[in-house]
Amino acid sequence: MWGAGVLFRDFFRKTKYAILDTPGRLQSREQDVSIRCEECGELILLKDIEKNFKVCSKCGYHLKMTAQERLNVLLDRGSFEEYDKNLETVDVLKFPGYHEKLEASREVTGLREAVVTGKGEIEGNTVIICIMDPRFISASMGSVVGEKITRALEKAEEKKTPIIIFSASGGARMQEGMLSLMQMAKTSAAAARLNEDGVLYISVLTNPTTGGVTASFASLGDVIIAEPGALIGFAGPRVIEQTIRQKLPSGFQRAEFLLQHGLIDLIVERKDLRKVLSRMLVLHKKS
Amino acid sequence: MTNKLEFDKPINELEMKIKELQDFAEEKDINLDDEIKVLKERLYSFKKETYENLLPWQKAQVARYVERPSTRDYINLIFKDFIELHGDRCYGDDKAIIGGIALLDKRPVTVVGHQKGKDIKENVSYNFGMPHPEGYRKALRLMLQAEKFKRPVICFVDTPGAFPGIGAEERGQGEAIARNLMEMSRLKTPVLVIISGEGGSGEALALAVGDKIFMLEHAIYSVISPEGCASILWKDSSRAMEAASLLKLTAEDLLGFGVIDEILQEPLGGAHREPQEMAAKIKEVLIKCLAELEDTPVNELVKGRYEKFRKMGSYSIFEEGQLEILPRDK
Repeated sequence: MWGAGVLFRDFFRKTKYAILDTPGRLQSREQDVSIRCEECGELILLKDIEKNFKVCSKCGYHLKMTAQERLNVLLDRGSFEEYDKNLETVDVLKFPGYHEKLEASREVTGLREAVVTGKGEIEGNTVIICIMDPRFISASMGSVVGEKITRALEKAEEKKTPIIIFSASGGARMQEGMLSLMQMAKTSAAAARLNEDGVLYISVLTNPTTGGVTASFASLGDVIIAEPGALIGFAGPRVIEQTIRQKLPSGFQRAEFLLQHGLIDLIVERKDLRKVLSRMLVLHKKS
Repeated sequence: MTNKLEFDKPINELEMKIKELQDFAEEKDINLDDEIKVLKERLYSFKKETYENLLPWQKAQVARYVERPSTRDYINLIFKDFIELHGDRCYGDDKAIIGGIALLDKRPVTVVGHQKGKDIKENVSYNFGMPHPEGYRKALRLMLQAEKFKRPVICFVDTPGAFPGIGAEERGQGEAIARNLMEMSRLKTPVLVIISGEGGSGEALALAVGDKIFMLEHAIYSVISPEGCASILWKDSSRAMEAASLLKLTAEDLLGFGVIDEILQEPLGGAHREPQEMAAKIKEVLIKCLAELEDTPVNELVKGRYEKFRKMGSYSIFEEGQLEILPRDK
């Protein structure tokens, strides 16, 4: 499909991409230079997909992005300043397998928890930003995720700085029991305070956003944006299918379905996201 | 007769025997008081032993028991002049959540709660206490109305969870729950919550952001059902009993985590044996609590509510530079 020259060059770029992307998961050489689109099965070169914001050039499918990748493409270079790096998850219920799961996720992602929060600039506009990383225990919301997002919302309120939260989550983190559920109330209460203070909150829903995150802060943005094709819902599609015992209509719970049902403001392709967010921030600047 | 709780059967049998003996004594005009007294003592110790040592899974069964008083039962027993109000003014009237205005003692209050049915017919109508978005929106409408008229809000929580269906998703189940959490956190009127039966995840929480969270002794409140947890962990929902212990879903556990404020003891043998007694206790606690909150300025109240939920969670903080030694080698 491609010339030997391209392949050869790509071998030298291998290390770079492997580090940026998902070390440990890439095994064969073919996978070192290319990945398969989860949607259409097309083999895409890593260098192309990086350039294309991890969107399949054939079918437009938006592949999952890591928190680091999002920060890289979204923020002005060198503007990011991370908050609350030092919050440590506690296995408060001594839940079987939780400790191992945390360790494995830390190793794969290089992150301490499922959300990265901080301050940065988008085309010169200062924002507080939270990005959930779906590789970390499905970016489920435990105490640390809830606390970091709450702190970011509180910081936005205190500094009167707009906040953007990129959600991607399987919901509440079962392994932390009720304390995990309570993060829904905590984050939603913090979001309520922004309303009273007139601080902009943009919620960006990415693939997949479900459960307790959909049922809390992710649905409470002044503006709710979704990426094309993202699965967004409360109950997972499998649970619904098992409950009602029918096949779900195609496109059910996808971003386009939500737009059609009036649940989100707009769908923005990843390549345009930085522009749209920047414009939104400018439109909300106090004159 | 409905399905009895397995561990309740010996108690039930003894209760029936005593009843038979009492009827017999009355009918034949024989004095069996001594015999009945002995049996009653026996019954008491039987109940005490069983109900003071319920396992988390058994509590889940008590909490879900069909004869356990429902929200409507409590409304009838605790309040006067209840007027039920319907609909979310938008889509429909969800019978899985009921609400309205009533008098508590002499004070008007707004009451909302999940409603489960006692038989198949009722349960079909109430959808087994599993709300759709319009249920949460009705609840929110009534709560905002309470705020307008400066009425306290009292919520009863008893739901297995939201209904996972196509319509619920189309109408924004997630948004409806999120909106309730947000609005309840800033509602400018006292909000008292009673976890009376089954506190099923976010769907329970959507009626449970309040100034005081009371929980009945044998109620449960959990992030996921024990069955759901077991099927995720072990791909085997029949291991729900083990999962129930892991999830720390009992009132005692949750008091320890600061998730609830107070446990309301149930009559010996569970609320289903003495609904009146249970209701009387709830009534007394509600009246007392509202009296205590009466003098709190509304801004303080809202601030206190924020702080209360703000504190929930468990994490530790490590010092900068310590990062390298923490992972992996533990």
